[in-house]
Amino acid sequence: MSEVKKFLYVNRKAPYGTIYALEALEVVLIGAAFDQDVSLAFLDDGVFQLTKGQNTDGIGVKNFSPTFRALGDYEVTKLFVEQESLDERGLTTDDLQEVTYEDEDDDWAEKPSIRVVSRAEMADIMANQDVVLSF
Amino acid sequence: MDYDVNGTTIAADEEGYITNLADWTPDLAGVIAKAENIEMDDERWEVVNFLRDYYDEYQIAPAVRVLIKSVKKSMGPEKGNNKYMYELFPYGPAKQACKIAGLPKPTGCV
Repeated sequence: MSEVKKFLYVNRKAPYGTIYALEALEVVLIGAAFDQDVSLAFLDDGVFQLTKGQNTDGIGVKNFSPTFRALGDYEVTKLFVEQESLDERGLTTDDLQEVTYEDEDDDWAEKPSIRVVSRAEMADIMANQDVVLSF
Repeated sequence: MDYDVNGTTIAADEEGYITNLADWTPDLAGVIAKAENIEMDDERWEVVNFLRDYYDEYQIAPAVRVLIKSVKKSMGPEKGNNKYMYELFPYGPAKQACKIAGLPKPTGCV
């Protein structure tokens, strides 16, 4: 068994209008089968991907935002959201949907997956990865 | 590979997954199961219904290990294990049960 690598999937684009956000999520779900250390980062317009109350009826595409809530089942439990990107778009954490996971090492306690970090912290997180994939 | 349900043709892809998720009915499930050489019973319906609920909630068909883990959580370890699930669906609980449930091929099945 090869050693575990740290993978970061960087999401910079709005959820709809391009296929990047949906494709990134599919890659994350497929990649989760390989037992690596996976994190997701949301910055720039990517923070819109996690907003709650999305409704895609008017644009005729699937609303895939509920799928983020399944990430915990796939053992993907670290969703880093950049504070400055939220601020620049007039968003707060209250605008984001709740994403949780059950912590196996803590009697399956339900814990939040979304962690809001500063731009400086995000730079450190990126510097700490073995692989960074940008969407 | 289309299906015929009481004279109505339901479109499916070359692997037998239906093209339009809204076409699904319990009757169709029976027809797909038959094509897979599976006889639907209460135990199999329980898994198919579980998958449909999972899709409703998360908009994805779970990968097999995620399915088994989730079944274990909601129905207990005597059902949420590989042996039980593969006995019900020999060609893969996620792939086969998703097909019968009218869902897309599971995300994360490489």
